[in-house]
Amino acid sequence: MSSQALVEIRDVHFGYDSRLILKGANLTFPKGKVIAVMGGSGSGKTTLLQLIAGALKPSSGYVKVDGQVIHKLDHKDLFRMRRRMGMLFQFGALFTDMSVYDNVAFQMREHTDLPEEMIRDLVLMKLHAVGLRGTHHLMPAELSGGMARRVALARTVALDPTLIMYDEPFTGLDPISLSVVANLIRRLNDALGATSVVVTHDVQESLKIVDYIYFIADGVVAAEGTPDEIRASDMPFVHQFMHGEIDGPVPFHYPSGDYGQDLNLRPDR
Amino acid sequence: MIVENLRSLGHRIVNTVWRIGYASRFFMLILLYSGTSFRRFHLIIKEIFASGVMSLIIILVAGLFVGMVLGLQGYETLKRYGSESALGSLVALSLVRELGPVLAALLFASRAGSAMTAEIGLMKATEQISAMALMAINPMARLVAPRFWAGVISVPLLTALFSVMGVFGGYMVGVVLIGVDQGSFWSQMQAGVDFRYDIVNGMIKSFVFGVAVTVIALFEGYDAPPTAEGVSGATTRTVVQSSLAILFLDFILTAFMFQGE
Repeated sequence: MSSQALVEIRDVHFGYDSRLILKGANLTFPKGKVIAVMGGSGSGKTTLLQLIAGALKPSSGYVKVDGQVIHKLDHKDLFRMRRRMGMLFQFGALFTDMSVYDNVAFQMREHTDLPEEMIRDLVLMKLHAVGLRGTHHLMPAELSGGMARRVALARTVALDPTLIMYDEPFTGLDPISLSVVANLIRRLNDALGATSVVVTHDVQESLKIVDYIYFIADGVVAAEGTPDEIRASDMPFVHQFMHGEIDGPVPFHYPSGDYGQDLNLRPDR
Repeated sequence: MIVENLRSLGHRIVNTVWRIGYASRFFMLILLYSGTSFRRFHLIIKEIFASGVMSLIIILVAGLFVGMVLGLQGYETLKRYGSESALGSLVALSLVRELGPVLAALLFASRAGSAMTAEIGLMKATEQISAMALMAINPMARLVAPRFWAGVISVPLLTALFSVMGVFGGYMVGVVLIGVDQGSFWSQMQAGVDFRYDIVNGMIKSFVFGVAVTVIALFEGYDAPPTAEGVSGATTRTVVQSSLAILFLDFILTAFMFQGE
């Protein structure tokens, strides 16, 4: 992790109402790398992406993107910064009232003055990159889940972002689509010279494509390392996560009171 | 028990005040971000098609029937006083002053307002609005403001068409079916309806209703919890709240506009 950092997250605390999600998270995403952020459901992974995009503000600590503290930017500078970011949402979040073509062309039309002929070429190139040039006339409702995710990926990289964020990109995909999307994440990152952050809990698929992994648990980074280091790790948490064990450092039971008391069992019976 | 009831009452009042404040702020933001909509007028035109043009059939048919009923009822009443010839003026005044603006706005709220709420609410639930914001495109400017102006432009135009169809319906029943004198029907209408006092005031009403209905519809959609129940609840609230708002505003506006000159 020696190359220059694109994203630095330092001692970030964040909570919704009184529930603290992040309790001093420290992460660094170097330029050009694909980084996975893993953790159980509700561990604050998506929150982390929203903090990077400036959609949420940390209660303490800071998130720096390309040397600038995101939550201190004004509206205009934040939007300027966001133009250099791309985010793939869990289920694609394609605009359902627009065709595949218009979805990919959307940002180009909004942010640039490119002539329509050039936009057409760019859109077809982006769709070709995800293998879906033939779907440009379809509506999102006519696509399968995997195809929609790939179109969303083409839309995410429409303006060649320097930072690409993926929020659970593998959820609900069949094994073939899953490998296709995973390979595209790696290929697009390298082709664009971008930095990618993949929030996921799909351990096996991520280990194949990423350069570095962070495990988030209990609001902090519980473990980190390269895929080889993670595979060799004997930390109980990493072990439980990698092998999907039911009990371990991450408990099966949500914190609750005494079981016997909840069932009104008296000790003398 | 009493404390609990008081607390829940207080909570509801605070919540209502908070929502009114939030909706007002939302309205201000729409106005603030309206520039883009006017620079790219095709965005508004697309929404006028979705909400205005697609509401045409219900507005025209409803206008026709309301006019026909007015013709029948008006004739019945006027005959008692031997002034059937005033039918044209009665039909036109009822439509232009009251029934046109109020009924067209109520129909618009249930046909287009509910659709706006559901559309924006579902876009929020499926993260389309977040996606847009993360693409550095302001959803207020790109999604909400064009829909607002489309509603504000559509409602007065639909109201005018509603009234025209109503007058035609009244004519069909009064003159063609019942046989009221055609000359007196139109001349009484022409003499009885004042452009500024009746038509302009009616149009002002429909403009105000247009603003109210669209702001309520868009706010409810934007504020809807991103779940199936959230969106369905918001759609219901849009129809209920905008209907009440139309009737309440109608009373206020009528009280100021028509003081019996």
